[in-house]
Amino acid sequence: MARRENSEINAGSMADIAFLLLIFFLVTTTMDVDSGIARKLPEKTPPDQKTDIVVKEKNVLDIVVNRNNQLLVENEFVKVTDIKRLAMDFIDNGGGVSAPKGDIPGEPCDYCNGAKDPASSDHPSKAIISLQSDRGTTYGMYISIQNEIEGAYNELRNKLALKKYKRSYKDLLGDYKDNGSAKIKAKIDFLKDSYPQIITEPEPIK
Amino acid sequence: MSKFKKKKKGLPAISTASLPDIVFMLLFFFMVSTTMRETDLLIKKPALPTASEVKKLEQKSLVSTIYIGKSKDSRIAGDKIQVNDKIVDVKDIQSFIFSERASRSEDEVKYMTTSIKADKEANVGTILDIKEQLRDINALKISFSTTKGTDFKKNY
Repeated sequence: MARRENSEINAGSMADIAFLLLIFFLVTTTMDVDSGIARKLPEKTPPDQKTDIVVKEKNVLDIVVNRNNQLLVENEFVKVTDIKRLAMDFIDNGGGVSAPKGDIPGEPCDYCNGAKDPASSDHPSKAIISLQSDRGTTYGMYISIQNEIEGAYNELRNKLALKKYKRSYKDLLGDYKDNGSAKIKAKIDFLKDSYPQIITEPEPIK
Repeated sequence: MSKFKKKKKGLPAISTASLPDIVFMLLFFFMVSTTMRETDLLIKKPALPTASEVKKLEQKSLVSTIYIGKSKDSRIAGDKIQVNDKIVDVKDIQSFIFSERASRSEDEVKYMTTSIKADKEANVGTILDIKEQLRDINALKISFSTTKGTDFKKNY
């Protein structure tokens, strides 16, 4: 007589259990977003085409790394963390004029903040960074150097973006990703053209 | 009158019995949708180097990944290259890229990116060999896969 009413099993805690599982899966299954340093490889020139381009020595920043992960920048022994500053000084030097475009003669760099040292690069559009590595260099070192170079370009572009558009380069890139308008694209292209990435990697030392 | 009063007395609680169903549905959705489609690595899992200036790779379907690392067997020295589910030679990279291209439509090919997931202890020589192979077949967009961070000390 006491168990006249067969009460329902309380299902209220079921939700808690399910929530617990849900939160567990939400937290643990972080989608590993693949991120990395993006590079565009140079196109292969056809073998019959002779392309000997003469570049002034002062327009090339020589970075050499050996198999013991030791670094030489312009024949001076440096640390990896110094590369960014050295590269920025080199790219932003603006000691001369840019390469003439068709009929338009070369112009001096009006946005550079560098030392205008005549012994360093003429113009960001002429400044070439050469990274010569050894076959035995470790990949981690190689990436660190690439990262420093990328950092130098990004910082220079960012400085120009702040000065010209009052926005950071990163913000502009983010905006472009969100709504991809042509106006922002033009701004980004201008910044990229102002500081183009010219990186050359000669044959490695065997 | 008594009829009306009776109604007011027992306000029934909102049934929460269907809540677990809703939550379970969500749970199953997340469990199913976040299945990691990761290839079985035949080499040792590459310890990616750290970098700060990273870009996210968009459109995962257009990314082909090349793994570079040490062999699981510690007696075998040197870098091993893995694509899909097998360890290959440097020369086989081109055919791998061709097969990847074949499975995409023609106008997507130019947006295809090759992601290189290499161990930080790997030799640059191996990487440069691969880059040369990729250049030969005009697969020019590459990305050196890294973990985001600022602690570069462990890189070298």
